[in-house]
Amino acid sequence: MRHRIALSLLFCLLALAPARAERLITSLSHHQVLVTSSFTGIELVLFGSIERDAKTISRKGDYNVVVTVAGPRQTLVVRRKDRVFGIWTNAESRSFLNTPTYLAVLSNRPVSEIAPAELLRRQEVGMYLVPRPALASGIQSGEHDIFREALIRLREQRKLYVEDPKGVTFLTPNLFRATIRLPAEAPVGTYDVDVRLFADGVELVRANSALEVVKVGVEQFVVNAAANHGILYGLFTTLLALATGWFASVVFRKD
Amino acid sequence: MQIYLPIADLPVNMLLLLGMGLAVGFISGMFGIGGGFLMTPLLIFIGIVPAVAVATVSSHIAASSASSAISYWRRNAVDLPLSLMLLAGGIFGTIGGVWLFTLLRSADLLDLVIALSYVVLLVAVGAMMVSEAVRAIIRTYQGYPVVLRRPGSHTWVHGLPFKVRFKRSKIYVSAIPVLGIGFTIGFLGAMMGIGGGFLLVPMLIYFLRVPTATVVGTSTVLTLVTMASATVMHAATNHLVDILLAIFLMVGGVVGAQFGARAGQRMRAERLRLLLGILVLGVGIRFALTLLIEPAELFSIRFTGDGG
Repeated sequence: MRHRIALSLLFCLLALAPARAERLITSLSHHQVLVTSSFTGIELVLFGSIERDAKTISRKGDYNVVVTVAGPRQTLVVRRKDRVFGIWTNAESRSFLNTPTYLAVLSNRPVSEIAPAELLRRQEVGMYLVPRPALASGIQSGEHDIFREALIRLREQRKLYVEDPKGVTFLTPNLFRATIRLPAEAPVGTYDVDVRLFADGVELVRANSALEVVKVGVEQFVVNAAANHGILYGLFTTLLALATGWFASVVFRKD
Repeated sequence: MQIYLPIADLPVNMLLLLGMGLAVGFISGMFGIGGGFLMTPLLIFIGIVPAVAVATVSSHIAASSASSAISYWRRNAVDLPLSLMLLAGGIFGTIGGVWLFTLLRSADLLDLVIALSYVVLLVAVGAMMVSEAVRAIIRTYQGYPVVLRRPGSHTWVHGLPFKVRFKRSKIYVSAIPVLGIGFTIGFLGAMMGIGGGFLLVPMLIYFLRVPTATVVGTSTVLTLVTMASATVMHAATNHLVDILLAIFLMVGGVVGAQFGARAGQRMRAERLRLLLGILVLGVGIRFALTLLIEPAELFSIRFTGDGG
């Protein structure tokens, strides 16, 4: 990771040296999303401006923008059901290490048309950010892809992975807007927002920012209590249950 | 009216939860059971992971059994010494159940074991209840009196040593089956998220010959204590009890139970048992189908480190 950052920094410096390349300035409507009990999802807006000056070399083609929002990373295990002794149960599985739990890939045109596939894969642009499963011996790579596709499909069904080739709109040739939709189930944590500018099939510049999804109020309190004070939390829940039961028996007392 | 459940990590409709609480509460009040065997599958069905469903339902059952335990206590329908002895077994059963639950969860076998246990237990018990109730109904139509308790007939259970006399229930039985029944109910309850009332009442009647006057009250006390301790243990070990979910289920449940109890009093006992048997059997078959029919979605994602 660090290696890659260093490399891209180097690229930026090299690009800066002869003729000034474009500069990318982005602004996100929220940097913090608060999850409360009434949270039903949120729309964030990202504005970006492509800065040029007289020294910037002219481009033949149009600018293309890919915005990638990657949620907190975790190890995800994808399981496949199989018939075992006549019963459908989870059999084979693949682990995906360090995989974003949320992923939105927004662009102004299909990512595959923006740059060659080889470059996209190497730079982990778009859905290439979802890694291949951790290697297990004796398994052919074709099987791996089935699990990876299933992972993407399942997350897409819950709107936790989004690929929108029309998610970025150019307002002027140099000003664009992207709408990021976080569903209610959006996991808590830090989200990396990565904006990449392409032209003529090469990456010119990228800009990074982050946003944070946090549980607040009752939610945060409950999660904390459950995780750190399990016994007290359990006792409290039980007392609440007893109180509810007692209250009902008093209210509905017949005799 | 969406509400975000902090532990289940899921937004759910508040009215749906209250409605489910009411409906299951109504049934539980009507039949004098906790209703966990209905509530747990319902929660799984709306998308809550089985582990959270099982852990949370225990608090829901604690609430509804508290409310009925209090009213049975007032009517002097609880055999306290018998309850306490059942409890002695029940606590150990609960500890064992929570232990196995944790073990299976870490081995990623919990969902399968829960589903399988539901199928086996519910289909067997449901089928037994239905056939027993049908026979009872046929007998009443033929004009024979319904005999539930046959005081003279002794089974192998009565040959066991360590006999104890329970005055309130007017029975004289060995402590071994009492502790054994308590253990079984506590174990299954913690494992499967059921109060076990639908198992306990028949067990007390058939094995220990506990009279109908005290059987439901006594079983309610056992359910209350095992489920209350299961809640604490699940919260302490697996951190999976969702208090917000629990509140909605509890409130719906205790209110529904009161109306259910009134409806149940107007029905004949064997009809009630037949209905309950059909219900138990139905849930069991529903679980069996999910295991036997090829699911539409073969893949599922599991997060390591949280959720279940």
